[in-house]
Amino acid sequence: MAQAIEIHTALSLGQKLKHLNWGLVLLLMAVAGIGFSTLYSAGGGHIDPWASRQMLRFVVGVTCMIIVALVDIRWWLRLSYPCYIAGLLLLVAVQVMGHIGMGAQRWIDLGVIRLQPSELMKIAVIMALARYFHAAASEDIRRLSFLIFPVLLILLPVGLVMLQPDLGTSLMIVMAGIAVFFVAGAPLWLFGVGFAALAAIIPLAWMFMLHDYQKQRVLTFMNPESDPLGSGYHIMQSKIALGSGGIGGKGFLNGTQSHLNFLPEKQTDFIFTLWAEEWGLFGGLLLLALFGLLFVYAGWIAFKCRHAFGRLLAFGLMVNFSLYVFINVSMVMGLIPVVGAPLPLVSYGGTAMLAVLIGFGLIMSCSIHRDAKLPRM
Amino acid sequence: MEQDHDRTKSFTRRAFFVGALQGCVLGILGGRLAWLQVSQGQHYKMLSDHNRINIKMLAPTRGRILDRFGVPLASNEQNFRVLAVPEQSVDLGKTLSHLQKLVPLTQRDIRRIVKQARKTASFVPLEIKDNLTWEEVAKIEVNLPDLPGISIDVGEIRHYPHSNSTAHLVGYVGAVSRSELTGDPVLTLPGFRIGKTGLEKTYDKELRGMTGTAEMEVNVVGREVRELKRHPARSGQQLKLSIDSELQTFVQERISREKSASAVIMDVYTGGVYSLVSAPSFDPNLFIRGLSAEKWEEMLANPGLPLNNKAIGGQYPPGSTFKMVTALAALEEGVITRNTSAHCPGHYDFGGDRFHCWKKAGHGRVDLVDALTESCDTFFYKMATDVGIDTLTKYAHKLGLGQKFDFELKEERPGLLPTRDWKMGHFGEPWQPGETVVASIGQGYIQTTPLQLAVMTSRLVNGGYAVKPWITAFTGKEPVPNVSWPKIDFKKRHLDLIVKGMNRVISHPKGTAYESRMENPQFQMGGKTGTAQVRRITAEERLEGVLNKDLPWRLRHHALFVGYAPIKKPRYACAVVVEHGGGGSSTAAPIGHDLLQMAQMRDPAASPLLPDGETTNLASPPPRKPKLKTKRGH
Repeated sequence: MAQAIEIHTALSLGQKLKHLNWGLVLLLMAVAGIGFSTLYSAGGGHIDPWASRQMLRFVVGVTCMIIVALVDIRWWLRLSYPCYIAGLLLLVAVQVMGHIGMGAQRWIDLGVIRLQPSELMKIAVIMALARYFHAAASEDIRRLSFLIFPVLLILLPVGLVMLQPDLGTSLMIVMAGIAVFFVAGAPLWLFGVGFAALAAIIPLAWMFMLHDYQKQRVLTFMNPESDPLGSGYHIMQSKIALGSGGIGGKGFLNGTQSHLNFLPEKQTDFIFTLWAEEWGLFGGLLLLALFGLLFVYAGWIAFKCRHAFGRLLAFGLMVNFSLYVFINVSMVMGLIPVVGAPLPLVSYGGTAMLAVLIGFGLIMSCSIHRDAKLPRM
Repeated sequence: MEQDHDRTKSFTRRAFFVGALQGCVLGILGGRLAWLQVSQGQHYKMLSDHNRINIKMLAPTRGRILDRFGVPLASNEQNFRVLAVPEQSVDLGKTLSHLQKLVPLTQRDIRRIVKQARKTASFVPLEIKDNLTWEEVAKIEVNLPDLPGISIDVGEIRHYPHSNSTAHLVGYVGAVSRSELTGDPVLTLPGFRIGKTGLEKTYDKELRGMTGTAEMEVNVVGREVRELKRHPARSGQQLKLSIDSELQTFVQERISREKSASAVIMDVYTGGVYSLVSAPSFDPNLFIRGLSAEKWEEMLANPGLPLNNKAIGGQYPPGSTFKMVTALAALEEGVITRNTSAHCPGHYDFGGDRFHCWKKAGHGRVDLVDALTESCDTFFYKMATDVGIDTLTKYAHKLGLGQKFDFELKEERPGLLPTRDWKMGHFGEPWQPGETVVASIGQGYIQTTPLQLAVMTSRLVNGGYAVKPWITAFTGKEPVPNVSWPKIDFKKRHLDLIVKGMNRVISHPKGTAYESRMENPQFQMGGKTGTAQVRRITAEERLEGVLNKDLPWRLRHHALFVGYAPIKKPRYACAVVVEHGGGGSSTAAPIGHDLLQMAQMRDPAASPLLPDGETTNLASPPPRKPKLKTKRGH
């Protein structure tokens, strides 16, 4: 065993590159490629303004991903809490000096890119949780007092994100956090109590915590036809675009709903709709299948990992990634209320792409360093 | 290590559970997608098309109305409009100020348009002004480079080249009113016009045509992106009339010399109307291009009622033109024969009343032909009660009086033929024999229209065929049959006798219209004058010898004339009514002369109305000339 650790911790750069999950990179490129072609269509058959910049971002993102993957997993273990604290500081900064965008304060303009700290925070929370549970013994996890700290690790950023306000991201952090709790081995009864508490909290949250526009989104979701020109418009038009695509789709560049601007935000949150309108059920299922493969691949890496940090980190990041997909696709299909959530790797946007690719970088790092011997710390 | 192993196992179990959950969610999403795109696909496809396809209606071209020679009476002219597309103009207000130098535009117009531009989508063209003259169009065209966003658009506008003379007959079109909306989508087209009066109203459906459609792909704000499909509009049918436009214009000008008059010229065999005129008239083009309030007020105030078609809607006592009816009834019922004669002392005493003949001194001994020639009232008074009012009105009805002909103009009125029952029903009083005496010379309750009088004349001279008048070879909605009109059961010798009297009204020196005889022997006409009292002449007036022309216009007699020509083979029948025109022989007969002379000179009957591929004249009656002998002299 010690020998094995010795081997893997002393991996050279060439060996690491050889161990990089090129299949995963290929899958990511396939999904991103669908994104480029859809952005090309959204641009009315032009590479500008969206597809070209998205490609550039992807190149930058993939570079970051590989760098992250090559960094030794022990570094990531050590950097977990600092990253978390940095993320929290950025969230506070967004409150202080954030830009108003789409009615919510989510961005920090760094001049070069607009940074959306909440996206990075999702990763940082998972890292911090993985770090915390990595150090825990089995009996610790069954102790309630032991679990107070990680709950705070989740609630602190969630509170800050809610202030922005960004309900979707808050829920994603909570759900990814719960997933890490679950696979880390937290007692099952806790989840039963948690769900019960949630059921009790929802009416209270409805009354005291949700903003009017958030309530409106939920109400509209319940009955989108009630207000076809108002808030229900997005859902209605998205469903019309999807449904009218049929089995075979309307053809590349021929999505009438999107090109005639009936579909709003076609290059960002509703890009799945544009894709499925033009490529039909086949296209839609293909994209979902690619995402499914990514989940399986990342999940497989988590299984293969021989240290708790890597397992929890890789699995948590995989769940986090899947949440992006689930929330976005459910939203455009009218299964859940409209929340501002991009389709990862496909939607036009810098931070989300970067965050997702860094996430995959960490997953790959877990894969490369799966046999590393990590101290309990 | 053991602990680690446990944790790994727990992780694996729980991770599989989460993975399964994720698989379920992915499955739900795939299922949802399939449901939307497969089972609901058609529904959403429809909604999507509904979103993007805007069906634009294309207005059809209104069918033209032509006279029998193909001369247009109602046509479509190009209507030039100047439009502005706000988004193409940098500063709309400035552009309009520039335009102001070329076409008359008030500051208020400009403000209104600029305000409107703010309310509508910036690519929607706004109409700035229509009915531009050629000169204005040319000026704008030349200056277009300096007028960003300004364009010229050509539409269609109805035009009536004969203006006044066909105003009542052809009618005019106007904007669709709320009550006229029938559900035909074409009616909702902006600027669509519908027939309001005359033939434009009667044949509106035929003239209107079929709306075309263009399927336009529009984007979310309604901007047209491209045309997907086009079904062009089908023009309305062309309507060809029996009218001779030149004769119509001539008649219009002739009777317009009078303050208020109307006239009809028709074919005694076919029933085709050659001319149908009411004066004073108006210019229907004013209704198309905009009528000023003053002009409208002026029309309403005119005592000659220019908006009314008096040739079919004016109801007048027929006066002496009714004497043919009395004569025919008396002959047919055997009350008199051709040899019956009577003495006229200038009046007739009956039931304690004295009924005056128009000639104070009396006509002496007269027979039927003499009585018609000289229009002796006494002769007819004497037979009146023997015939009886109900029989009299029966014959009047057979000759075409007191009824509607299902004529093609809605303004047609029925007139009135009184009977015993009618009076009882109307006034609750029994019929007085004296009223029959008055009725025998076309006074009292009897009311007729000029059209009915023309039909009566036609039926008398065509050998007793029950012709009905028509303008487009239709009576009502039925095409005029090619077969001959039904024969009325009058004895030919009785008709001949009456026609002889009518011939002599003009040809005999004693005839009441001798002054209006034709110079050209070929054009000779026959006829009958009539002077209808509009009120009872009082005994004092009769004593004082008040002259009709000294009375206020409203109280003067109506002057009537019915005639036909040529006498050898009558073809044209006319009826003229001059409201408060004085005497039939002095006012109406000269008009009748001019009308029948012009009708014979133009002789429209010689060129039969040919069915035209596009016209609605499905059955155009061929000229049918039954042999009609008129005995001349004794």
